Amino acid sequence: MSSPALAAIILFFVLPAIASLALSFTDFDIYALADIGNLRFVGFENYERLLANPLFWKAVTNTLLFVGFGVPFIVTLSLFAAMLVNSRWLKWRPVWRVALFAPYVTTLVATAVVWRYLLHTRYGLVNYLLSLFGIAPIDWLGDPHASLPAILIFVGWKTFGYNMIIFLAALQTVPRELDEAARIDGAGWFTRLRHVTLPAIAPTVLLVSVLTVAGMFQLFAEPYVMTQGGPAQSTVTILYFMYEEGFKWWNLGSGAAVAFLLFLCILAVTLVQLRLAKRSGAI
Amino acid sequence: MSLRRWSVTLLAALVALLTIAPLLWMLSVSFMARGEASQFPPPLLPSDPSLDNYRMLFGSFGIGRFLLNSLLISTLATILALLFTIPAGYAFAKLRFKGRDATFRLLVAALVVPGQIGMLPLFLELKALGLVNSYAGALVPWLAGIFGIFLVRQYCLSIPDEMLEAARIDGASEAQILRRIVLPILTPIIVTLALFVFLGSWNDFMWPLIILADQDLYTLPVALAAMSRQHVQDNELMMAGAVVTTLPVLILFLALQRFYLSGLLTGSVKG
Repeated sequence: MSSPALAAIILFFVLPAIASLALSFTDFDIYALADIGNLRFVGFENYERLLANPLFWKAVTNTLLFVGFGVPFIVTLSLFAAMLVNSRWLKWRPVWRVALFAPYVTTLVATAVVWRYLLHTRYGLVNYLLSLFGIAPIDWLGDPHASLPAILIFVGWKTFGYNMIIFLAALQTVPRELDEAARIDGAGWFTRLRHVTLPAIAPTVLLVSVLTVAGMFQLFAEPYVMTQGGPAQSTVTILYFMYEEGFKWWNLGSGAAVAFLLFLCILAVTLVQLRLAKRSGAI
Repeated sequence: MSLRRWSVTLLAALVALLTIAPLLWMLSVSFMARGEASQFPPPLLPSDPSLDNYRMLFGSFGIGRFLLNSLLISTLATILALLFTIPAGYAFAKLRFKGRDATFRLLVAALVVPGQIGMLPLFLELKALGLVNSYAGALVPWLAGIFGIFLVRQYCLSIPDEMLEAARIDGASEAQILRRIVLPILTPIIVTLALFVFLGSWNDFMWPLIILADQDLYTLPVALAAMSRQHVQDNELMMAGAVVTTLPVLILFLALQRFYLSGLLTGSVKG
């Protein structure tokens, strides 16, 4: 009974993933697309050319910036949201939970379009709100220094609800008495967070971080819709670069090399995080 | 205590309002007249609400076509994913066959590999099969849903073996057991899985963007992204397009949120 599904998985998932490696050693391009006879085996040439390509390095750096800033930002945001919704003093909990989760199920492209207007320099609501606090308008999507934070704000808004639900489930397993005992001992809010709540949910923090790292490596539609990789290529991610390489310039061999390097990155980061977790005893 | 109760709830209400504000604003601007949103300070409510933007979208922009494409692809993706993953998930939980556990472990490990890794070869594969630029091409990735198999298997593990054994002794075939005994028990997880696949395929962007070249086949997200590049200035029109794209899934989620949230936890925490 599992054979149709397994056949589909092998045919449409496993084979393409492996073929990606094979493809990356060829010069598959628009000429090979027209006539397969033009295909040549080129060894590591695609990789060599990528490593010498400044735009590729720009994409790698940008993606690492997304990971470096995005993961702490989104994990913290999600954890605070979960703690708020988990608060014992909260009334009408299910209502707030659904409201905070709603952005996650919306269509990414649609909400990216919405946020492009929210972040408009002159008429955007974000800058209007900031102006109430005396902050000068920020050119969110036009300034190379603001574009990455702008996309992170959007991604944070879109995804924190998902992590929040995972954190909520973990928080519900932390005994209330533990928190209560620490409070009676005079521990403040932050001390209790650090010494009671965080140790109890450490495995979940790791899980959410791993999921968020994976999410950051897969950013594509966000820059595609909001900035088209700009300004000054400040939001070109690895996946965006792969898409342009493969489906805009039809350098499929080179694009496959990008895909394989992306895979290695994700694998490495995941393994490092798992090892750190094992060492700290979280899992 | 009561003060604390109200201050926490007020804070939650404020955060919730801030979170859904972009969606409310999208809805509000979609009823505004052309150019109305481009003022400072930005207006929150339309001065003279009208459906003109929607008329234009369904009229000259032909968004109805993209809506139908999205509906068709998501519905078919859901049906196909259920047909492929439910028997597989059940088999991995309850049937004994050679290499079952090893295969399942491999599948779980493969969950780490994002589908985008194989997108370029998959495109070439489907080109060879003549499926590029067709609905079938857009559906293919949904057949290979490892996560769905995982979800169904976890749920099936709770079915007592005695129940299946009794049916086997009574002479029921494996297909009959699946249909008559297992499926009714699985109903909640089937709803969850159907919801996941429907929302996932509706919201999917990268694959349909690659595989659907013909504008007549565009799904809503692909069409909206193309429109947003051509009509950057038409704020109000684009908001109406965003509403048409995202409202169906938002309503579906709100109606079936219980199934969605419970499935999300099965998939992440227990895994």
